[in-house]
Amino acid sequence: MDDFYREFILDHYKNPHNFGELEGATHRYHDTNPLCGDEITMYLKIGDGDRVEDVSFSGKGCAISQASASILTDEVRGKTLDELRSLDRDHVLENLGITLTPARLKCALLSLKALKGSAWGLHEWPGEEAQTS
Amino acid sequence: MAVTTQRDTRTPLDVERIRADFPVLSRTVHGKPLVYLDNAATSQKPRQVIDAMSSVYEEHNANIHRGVYEFSERTTALFEGAREKVAKFINAPQTREVIFCRNATEGLNLLAYSWGREHIGAGDVIVTTVLEHHSNFVPWQQLAQQVGAKLVVVDIDDEGRLRRDQFTQAMTQRPKLVTITQTSNGLGTVTPAKELIAEAHAAGAITVLDGAQSVPHAKVDVRDLDTDFLAFSGHKMLAPPGSGVLWGRAELLTKMRPFLYGGDMISRVAVDLTTWNDLPWKFEAGTSAYVDAIGLGAAVDYLDTVGIERIHEHECALMAYLLPKLIAIPGVTVYGPKTLEDRVGVVSFDIAGVHPHDVAQIFDSEAICVRAGHHCNQPLMTRLGTAATTRASFYLYNTFAECDALLSAIDRAKQVFKV
Repeated sequence: MDDFYREFILDHYKNPHNFGELEGATHRYHDTNPLCGDEITMYLKIGDGDRVEDVSFSGKGCAISQASASILTDEVRGKTLDELRSLDRDHVLENLGITLTPARLKCALLSLKALKGSAWGLHEWPGEEAQTS
Repeated sequence: MAVTTQRDTRTPLDVERIRADFPVLSRTVHGKPLVYLDNAATSQKPRQVIDAMSSVYEEHNANIHRGVYEFSERTTALFEGAREKVAKFINAPQTREVIFCRNATEGLNLLAYSWGREHIGAGDVIVTTVLEHHSNFVPWQQLAQQVGAKLVVVDIDDEGRLRRDQFTQAMTQRPKLVTITQTSNGLGTVTPAKELIAEAHAAGAITVLDGAQSVPHAKVDVRDLDTDFLAFSGHKMLAPPGSGVLWGRAELLTKMRPFLYGGDMISRVAVDLTTWNDLPWKFEAGTSAYVDAIGLGAAVDYLDTVGIERIHEHECALMAYLLPKLIAIPGVTVYGPKTLEDRVGVVSFDIAGVHPHDVAQIFDSEAICVRAGHHCNQPLMTRLGTAATTRASFYLYNTFAECDALLSAIDRAKQVFKV
């Protein structure tokens, strides 16, 4: 277990980087893990040349999902939208450096799913109004 | 940690003998003995149930209600025999009121589609509670939205008990249907079902009871409760998945339209007209999961032999042992009633600073199976102000030593997360 919950994962979980709503965000996407109710919103501020000027995330979830989002947001500044769209799961799993069971893979990949949704400019379902009503 | 005395660990069951009947309970996980505490999700199966099902396949498998030959008749007799056992188990006035379906979810959907579509219209009121599993919530929410009916959701108090005042208030809206759980799968809260049903009837409503978490663990007597309908799942009571039950009063079931159309549920089919089979077969279209139903019959026999009241007593003893110890752990929040009153062998909790998913993962490394998540209880989780909890749920084969294992695993989780 100490192997699984390594120091850097716990650090990212307890003190996540780039956490909170992003003022002036041009893109945002909210996604959930319906199995456990975890949720992540990814915010992007896209500037010249379709590059990420700033990024943040908000939400709640387990150590794996939150650490994964924290690490992922650390490395996307300066990347183009196309580069974000081509990020793959192996990249995220390498970042975490641990072996995950199928159930926990969903936790680890929620941030990537939200980031890609944001980069593709997807509309959230069922839409903000429905979610808050 | 508090000192345990023999008095604390008294139970009416011979748990070691019971455990010997369940092959899976002697397995190890990651080299450690299995501690299975996810019984609200599904139960393990005793040898008697497994054997009853294998013997159908190995000795006389044939489709039911069709063949005029020895195998089909033997299988049909066991299938219909299982129905009689279930009817007796819940004290149903008539065996034909027991409808086999896949699980409680399917039984409740059957009701929403068949009874609901016929009787609920624009402006009608359906009353339910925030304690409901999604299976007794979403079908009614969707029905209400589709026909323009109003869904009234009765709240709980801060200890997770149903707000009786609000329920009584809701009855003044003259609901057509009142649908409530008898035991909350998320909190272990027991609702005063008999009183609620009486109030609902006095207001002119038809009543549905979700017995998925109560029928496996305590005596549920449909005549005493006086409910109109009861749904429950076999797989939570030692039987296989695929064996569920909807029970309803014959006079209501007789008037209802079928839910699924097809083979076995008809009386006569002409090119332009079909008439329906008698109860219960009118509601059992297609080949039933007859081996699963036979497994449910064997499970009922098993529960009868052990004694459902004694099982209830055993689970209460486990909770009496565990609950105070759990509440006393710094950083642990227990949801639902903090006392044993109105609660049974399900406990949801939170460890500050450790997400339930991580708790469950650390428990898994100690071979302890618990559920982490929203437990198909999202309205309840929202009401509690959380997205997820860790839930331990008990059954007849669980031990006081397993409660201790759970308590130590909580210490372990706190160590790993340094909280």
